[in-house]
Amino acid sequence: MIEKTLKGKPAYWIWLAFLGMFMAIGAACYLRQYNFGLGMTGMSRDVSWGLYISQFTFLVGVAAGGVMLVLPYYIHDYKEFGRITILGEFLAISAIVMCMLFIMADLGQPMRALNVILHPTPNSMLFYDMCVLCGYLFLNILCGWIILTAERKQVHPPKWIYFFVYLSIPFAVSIHTVTAMLYCGLPGRHFWLSAIIAPRFLASAFAAGPALIILCCIILKRVAGFDAGRKAMNKLVTIIIYAALLNMFFVGLEFFVGYYSNIPGHKFALEYLFFGIEHHGHVYNNLVPFMWAFVILAFGAIGLLASPLAKREDDFFLGVGCAMLFLAFWLDKGIGFVLGGFVPNPLHEIVEYIPTANELGVTAGVWATGFFVLTLLYKIAVGVEHEIE
Amino acid sequence: MDKQRRKFLTIAGASVLAGIGAPAIIKLTSSDAVASSGGHEAAAGHGAAPAAAGHGAEAPQGVRLGMVIDMRKMADLPGQLDGAIAACIKTHNIPEFPDTKNEIKWLWKAPFENVFLDHSSYHSSKRVATTPFPALCNHCDDPPCVRACPTKATFRIPQNGIVAMDFHRCIGCRFCMAACPYGARSFNWQDPRPYIKKYNADFPSRMKGVVEKCNFCGERLALGQEPACVEACKGTGAITFGDLNDPKSEVRQVLDSEFTIQRKTNLGTKPSVFYIV
Repeated sequence: MIEKTLKGKPAYWIWLAFLGMFMAIGAACYLRQYNFGLGMTGMSRDVSWGLYISQFTFLVGVAAGGVMLVLPYYIHDYKEFGRITILGEFLAISAIVMCMLFIMADLGQPMRALNVILHPTPNSMLFYDMCVLCGYLFLNILCGWIILTAERKQVHPPKWIYFFVYLSIPFAVSIHTVTAMLYCGLPGRHFWLSAIIAPRFLASAFAAGPALIILCCIILKRVAGFDAGRKAMNKLVTIIIYAALLNMFFVGLEFFVGYYSNIPGHKFALEYLFFGIEHHGHVYNNLVPFMWAFVILAFGAIGLLASPLAKREDDFFLGVGCAMLFLAFWLDKGIGFVLGGFVPNPLHEIVEYIPTANELGVTAGVWATGFFVLTLLYKIAVGVEHEIE
Repeated sequence: MDKQRRKFLTIAGASVLAGIGAPAIIKLTSSDAVASSGGHEAAAGHGAAPAAAGHGAEAPQGVRLGMVIDMRKMADLPGQLDGAIAACIKTHNIPEFPDTKNEIKWLWKAPFENVFLDHSSYHSSKRVATTPFPALCNHCDDPPCVRACPTKATFRIPQNGIVAMDFHRCIGCRFCMAACPYGARSFNWQDPRPYIKKYNADFPSRMKGVVEKCNFCGERLALGQEPACVEACKGTGAITFGDLNDPKSEVRQVLDSEFTIQRKTNLGTKPSVFYIV
């Protein structure tokens, strides 16, 4: 099936070249970082995780979001998702590839990465995160490939594969739960020390992941003549709206706990993120615009997706709504959550983080790599669909 | 007394090496450690019981190194904390970067309100408000950094309670930095060697991309020396160092007679550094 990636219209090749350019920039930036050290980034002693880890956290959610197609199709036999389930599985693969690249980019000593396997440490959440991420990647490759091959041959997939399909559902939940546990088990980081982190991660994942899938479907319909079907889209929109509302509800709960209890530690990071903080005569508010953009975009997107506009035939408002929602939750989890947790530092000092150009280059390179992989996988999936027709 | 202390420090230090080094040393040390507890009858008596009883909550058995910092004496001689920090920097080849972004800190100064977030600094006494407090790794009995590390590059040495680092195993994921509630860990964002003012050949310098922190001078203890900061404050009684579990140790005598506080005890980390405010 891989041969399908080698034939395409000029637009396909231009798109791949466009992504390839960013991949090259990212590789060059990474090389500089590799030689000099992570001092090439904006991270510091006080904000010791930056864009890389926050992108990783967000993308784990995107990967887990694919389960919102797998679950209705395989468990509830919701036939409308039959054509697009493979898109969810392939999105998960490329998202995990990005996750792994971001982790590697973030390591101070990447050549020692295998120490995690050579010296397995079951008390570290990072160890489990590696296990579930690798497991989920493997499951998606296996299930996606076997089922697509069966589809191509127009036979039923072998029975044994369903074991792995069903297994991938708890795995999807586990990857984001364990990622949340990286944060919510750390004493002394009040913003993260909250039992709602894992549910909140899952809710935003189940909105952002399917939102990206809808966007992909809209694009595939225009450029590749692949129609996911109106009914499937509408059902996905319903899932997205509920998941997005849940996420906003959970964010609201964080506010309640912080402000009603009036415990400074619980309030501080929220205040910093949403209102800015004055500390020793200096105002720290770098992230305030991002956080309000998140709130406005999220509610705007929910409103738009819930309105009849999103059901129009031309898909314009559906696309805008999904893009807004994806961006909103990226701002929430891919920017605010990780960076906000480092303010204040354990000695109650405030240090703000601003990524460097080199860091942005690496980040763009990893995203481009992910979309490169995604493009190739979707080319295969769509190619097989066309072949059957 | 002094001879006995020297012997104790050597044993405590050798067990540091045992944690890091070859199995042969471990054998040697454990037999030494048994011999030493024979010296203190009380300690040996305790030694038998806990094995059956299992984990105690606080105050587990065996050697647990700790420190009492007397801020009254620190305030009396304002320069001595700077001296201790300088000694620490010199002993451990700690680079001195001009900016705070790259800063590597093992032992450093901060105001009371930053070091003791859980304690009110509202109308604190003039001495407390104006004297800088030393901050360092607390060598917790239940360290969150050790729990977080995915490679066991940071670990608690069971023979003496020191939370140590293996710079050669650390992958630089900085999970321990997020986990430490005391901000005691630093990362080498770039090659630190050009910023080491005076190189000490007795201790390794680090490479870029690894985390480091205070090690209670395990390498000096192995030679029967006191930690560099303790030595720098010698004679003033500002820092007392020793085995928290040994009722006869100097550090225990200070703890038994003075009211002390620890940092963020509500987090359950059981820090081994005490302060007399």
